[in-house]
Amino acid sequence: MSDTVSGLLTIAVLVAALAVVHVPLGTWMARVFTDTKHWRIERIVYRLVRVDPGSEQRWVTYAVAVIGFSVVGIVLLLAMILLQGVLPFARGAAMNVDTALNTAVSFVTNTNWQSYAGESGVSPLVQTVGLTVQNFVSPAVGLAVAVALVRGLVRSSGSELGNFWVDLVRGLFRVIVPIALIGAVVLLLGGVIQNLTAPTTVTTLSGGHQVVQGGLVASQEAIKELGTNGGGYFNANSAHPFENPNPLTNLVEIFLLLVIPFSLPRTYGVMAGDRRQGWTVLGFMTTLWVLMLTVVTWSEVHAASGPLGGMEGKELRFGVWPSALFATSTTATSTGAVNSMHESFSALGGGGALFNMMLGELSPGGVGTGLYSALLVAILTVFLAGLMVGRTPELLGKQIGRREITLTALAVLVMPTLVLAFTGIGMVAPLVSSQMLATGPHGLTEVMYAYTSAANNNGSAFAGFSADTPYTNLTLALCMFLGRFAPIVLVLALAGSLVTQRRRPVTAGTLPTHTPTFIGLFVGVAVIVGGLTFFPALALGPLAEALS
Amino acid sequence: MNPSSTTQSSRTTPGSGPAARSRHARGEALIRPGRTSTTYAQLARQLVTTFPQAVAKLDPRHVWRSPVMFVVWVGSVVTTVQAVVDPSWFAWAVAVWLWATVLFANMAEAVAEGRGKAQAATLRATRKTTTAERRLADGSLETVAASDLAIGDLVVVRPNEIIPGDGDVVEGMATVDESAITGESAPVIRESGGDRSAVTGGTTVLSDRITVRITTKPGETFIDRMIALVEGASRQKTPNEIALTILLTVLTIIFLLAVMAMQPMAIYSGQPQSPVVLVALLVCLIPTTIGALLSAIGIAGMDRLVQHNVLAMSGRAVEAAGDVSTLLLDKTGTITYGNRRATELLATPGLGNDGVTRAAYVSSLADETPEGRSIVELAASALDTPSREALDRLPQAGATFVEFSAATRMSGADLPDGTAYRKGAADSVARWVKGLGGEMPSGVLTEVDGIATSGGTPLAVAVQEAGQPPRVLGVIHLKDVVKPGMKERFAQLRSMGIKTVMVTGDNPLTAKSIAAEAGVDDFLAEATPEDKMALIKLEQHGGRLIAMTGDGTNDAPALAQSDVGVAMNTGTSAAKEAANMVDLDSDPTKLIDIVSIGKQLLITRGALTTFSIANDIAKYFAIIPAMFVVLFPGLDALNIMGLASPRSAIVSAVIFNALIIIALIPLSLRGVRYRAVGSTALLRRNILIYGLGGIMAPFIGIKLIDLVVSHLPGMM
Repeated sequence: MSDTVSGLLTIAVLVAALAVVHVPLGTWMARVFTDTKHWRIERIVYRLVRVDPGSEQRWVTYAVAVIGFSVVGIVLLLAMILLQGVLPFARGAAMNVDTALNTAVSFVTNTNWQSYAGESGVSPLVQTVGLTVQNFVSPAVGLAVAVALVRGLVRSSGSELGNFWVDLVRGLFRVIVPIALIGAVVLLLGGVIQNLTAPTTVTTLSGGHQVVQGGLVASQEAIKELGTNGGGYFNANSAHPFENPNPLTNLVEIFLLLVIPFSLPRTYGVMAGDRRQGWTVLGFMTTLWVLMLTVVTWSEVHAASGPLGGMEGKELRFGVWPSALFATSTTATSTGAVNSMHESFSALGGGGALFNMMLGELSPGGVGTGLYSALLVAILTVFLAGLMVGRTPELLGKQIGRREITLTALAVLVMPTLVLAFTGIGMVAPLVSSQMLATGPHGLTEVMYAYTSAANNNGSAFAGFSADTPYTNLTLALCMFLGRFAPIVLVLALAGSLVTQRRRPVTAGTLPTHTPTFIGLFVGVAVIVGGLTFFPALALGPLAEALS
Repeated sequence: MNPSSTTQSSRTTPGSGPAARSRHARGEALIRPGRTSTTYAQLARQLVTTFPQAVAKLDPRHVWRSPVMFVVWVGSVVTTVQAVVDPSWFAWAVAVWLWATVLFANMAEAVAEGRGKAQAATLRATRKTTTAERRLADGSLETVAASDLAIGDLVVVRPNEIIPGDGDVVEGMATVDESAITGESAPVIRESGGDRSAVTGGTTVLSDRITVRITTKPGETFIDRMIALVEGASRQKTPNEIALTILLTVLTIIFLLAVMAMQPMAIYSGQPQSPVVLVALLVCLIPTTIGALLSAIGIAGMDRLVQHNVLAMSGRAVEAAGDVSTLLLDKTGTITYGNRRATELLATPGLGNDGVTRAAYVSSLADETPEGRSIVELAASALDTPSREALDRLPQAGATFVEFSAATRMSGADLPDGTAYRKGAADSVARWVKGLGGEMPSGVLTEVDGIATSGGTPLAVAVQEAGQPPRVLGVIHLKDVVKPGMKERFAQLRSMGIKTVMVTGDNPLTAKSIAAEAGVDDFLAEATPEDKMALIKLEQHGGRLIAMTGDGTNDAPALAQSDVGVAMNTGTSAAKEAANMVDLDSDPTKLIDIVSIGKQLLITRGALTTFSIANDIAKYFAIIPAMFVVLFPGLDALNIMGLASPRSAIVSAVIFNALIIIALIPLSLRGVRYRAVGSTALLRRNILIYGLGGIMAPFIGIKLIDLVVSHLPGMM
């Protein structure tokens, strides 16, 4: 079978699996977040943390809960990392304060940018009780925020957005944990390791000694992908044979990282009582994903040069197509796991992965973040399109007035501001430029990739760029924190503003937000806004490199 | 049966029909100088005349109102300084064209304002200094300046005197020339009490003497407000305009960041850019087209309403008009002509049609009510000329006419030979027939019931030949006639997503039949002002925006409650106060135009915003390769327009960016054409024209400009 045929078949199987699963999963999530009953285990949790699951929160309370919960998470994780030497199971791992802070912020913000080496940087205790807990919790936070925004859009009375604690607990117990369990078993069956044995020392062919780490990898791997986290157990991430042994596990991992983001549009449609609205968002996300996949795959197949063709930096057991598929999907969601080195991609392919992130978690974005980011762009689109049909713009009958457009525009503004400002500073700050591996346009792409990855809470690295310096650790941590929580606060404020509005009835004069025309404009706005913002920077990085 | 069946319909809207008809016959209209489109020659003239104003508007305190243009203004200063410090053809070309960009934006605004200013000047000319004769408590009169009047003062106005201020007639009745406001030369009647008591300051009494109670402070009268409105002096940004400004500001910030981040990247890459180039790039990217035209669009939108003889008291109401989803329309005068007309003559079963036709004709000759006239018309059309002429000669032959009276509710004619014809309300005629020993045939009763059931008004026609008991000859079917074309207009409204509700005092049966005939979506029968209010609140509770028209004092609460309330100029001052728009033509169907204008305003903004953003793509392709082609020769592949040199590329993009503002001034003043098609079709069309068109146009425009610019000195 040729690479093209097998590549296309892989994509076809993936798309078919997603198409089948997103319907029941999306509907299930809608049920989870509208259910009036609580599971027994959930009630126990509520009693333990003294939360009244029956009460609902306005946006300010909801936002305070989100931020409070996350900041406490950062502080605890930071303390745990700094104290790992004196805690049990210490393996001699230690981290600088700035690296530790970067790591703590990274895992709480669902970024999983790793300034340290996965297998040796943290002790198994920190890995299990610290990082892994955040791997479960941080996607649940994203899910809660997305659901709060959807409630803002679909509710027509009251001013409450739901209860963050309830949304968090339900997202964990009813969505993330069960699927992660299934995913872990599937990966285990596929050959991913899962053990607690001590590191094995082996003699290599050349006669040297190598320490091979084991660990609870399969369980870690499942949530790493499912929660769009991306932080690898091993430094080589999903390129490591223990994490991702064969094309089948590769496909399962890609499926896991895409499944919740691609199911959430269905959840939105069901909660809105109009499934067509969900189809629109799904159509939007799918179009962007296919577009980016085409660009990256085409460049890797055609534009790669050098003695290895497109194979530089890729695993032989995967090949070009599955590597491009993984790269697109990991940058399309906020996962950031890698099964190949994006640095070694062709200029256009690497630039494609970079632009995929620059779109701002839309194709389809991280767990929860993807849906709310897409809805923000939907609001921008509705604003333009609504005016063009002669009405005050509205989405699901909620008017997009002064307050709504301000919050939306500011939320959309956060990521480009962080990326452009820190890349700009990075290019002239000797602290940063000395850390680049490459020179010229490729060096620029390295720095831009790092800040784009951080501000979008992606976490994938372009490699090459050595980010473990105090300046980069701290600025990247700032990008991750603001890139995550500034939009969250603005999105919740938007939801709070929308929820108080009465839904206006649909008439023939209302702009329908479920037509192909609208989806076309929706995609156009995302691509044009992203493109216009980053075109000059891309022109000096990947484009200059590709066209030289 | 309705007891007033042969009287004129009790609630008509005075002037509604005639106003529409006299639109062409009107004399020198002051408010509507008859311009529907502006030719480019006119525009060029306007641009030249507004140049001084445009220069005056370069004041940063003015420019600051539009954040986008303020950035251009700052950019112009920066490039000018740069051009002075380090002169080059290129720097000066960019500086000059950046200033031109700001100037063009100012001109657009000045042209839009200029139209209003001309109208304001005309209005001001009519507002002469007047004196008033104030009636004191003891009944004596004193002469005071109109500006010294206070609310509640009583003033006496005689023929050929100007009414000193807005108020209500409390005594007397007069004909008033209101052409100063409405442009309508035919005088109108103003009388105390009722719905025609309001008079406007600045209008002239033509006959009779009236006493007016002043209801508005001097300086806040209708004319004063009109002047302020058309001048744009009281113009405030409307909610949607503010929202759009915010979006444009955020876009500007994004591009500011993109350009600012570019310099360190350029330094790293080894080719720092001059401030002139960076400013040029920034100005080309920020949405200057819509930023420059936004305020002109708003002013022109209000102006378009004025051209339709509607005064909006706030821009907010104009925007809301675009969002209206329910129209409440009074049946009388809006949907129907306002009086019933004869549509059918039904002979008593067994009798010929000729008898009832002749009898109806004769008995109605003396009936001067509109209903009577319509019977004569209908009967005349059914008679041949000789017999009609014969009947017309009856008065000379000694016939006497019995005029209609409210007591008998019949009219008729008594011929010299003793024959008596009577026509009137069916029950009155029945009483007359029976009183004289006649019979009401059951066939006639069936017809009468049939007409009443269908919502019409049945009149009976009877004759009494000398010495015989009267016989009923037949029945006349009177009905409310729906104005032609209403069905189509309502269908159009439906496709715009607007529900129409007919409001009428008729019984539900009549209302239903007229509603069906006119094609309205719903009706409110036997409506009291309270019912109307309840309906509005109900619709609003469902999230709908309501528009309605009204003229009476009892309409005032509903006008105030509705989102778009249009008062007829003929209405009471209470109605005008409560409404947020006043229609000077007093034409209730104007609501439909108002909705279209509101939509057009929003569409124009949306279309030009889309156009403005879509333009950026081509500008990138012009400027980015120009900036870095020396460093990365490969980037020349992006120069798909094949522009001559980096300098000419940048200058051409800047020139295009400035000229497109001028090119779009007519569109922003006229507004994008609104078609009453479904929203999807409308969206597709506008995306095609302003989205794809916006992507394509600058590729062509910049290339054409470059062909010229590349020949200028210092450009290669």
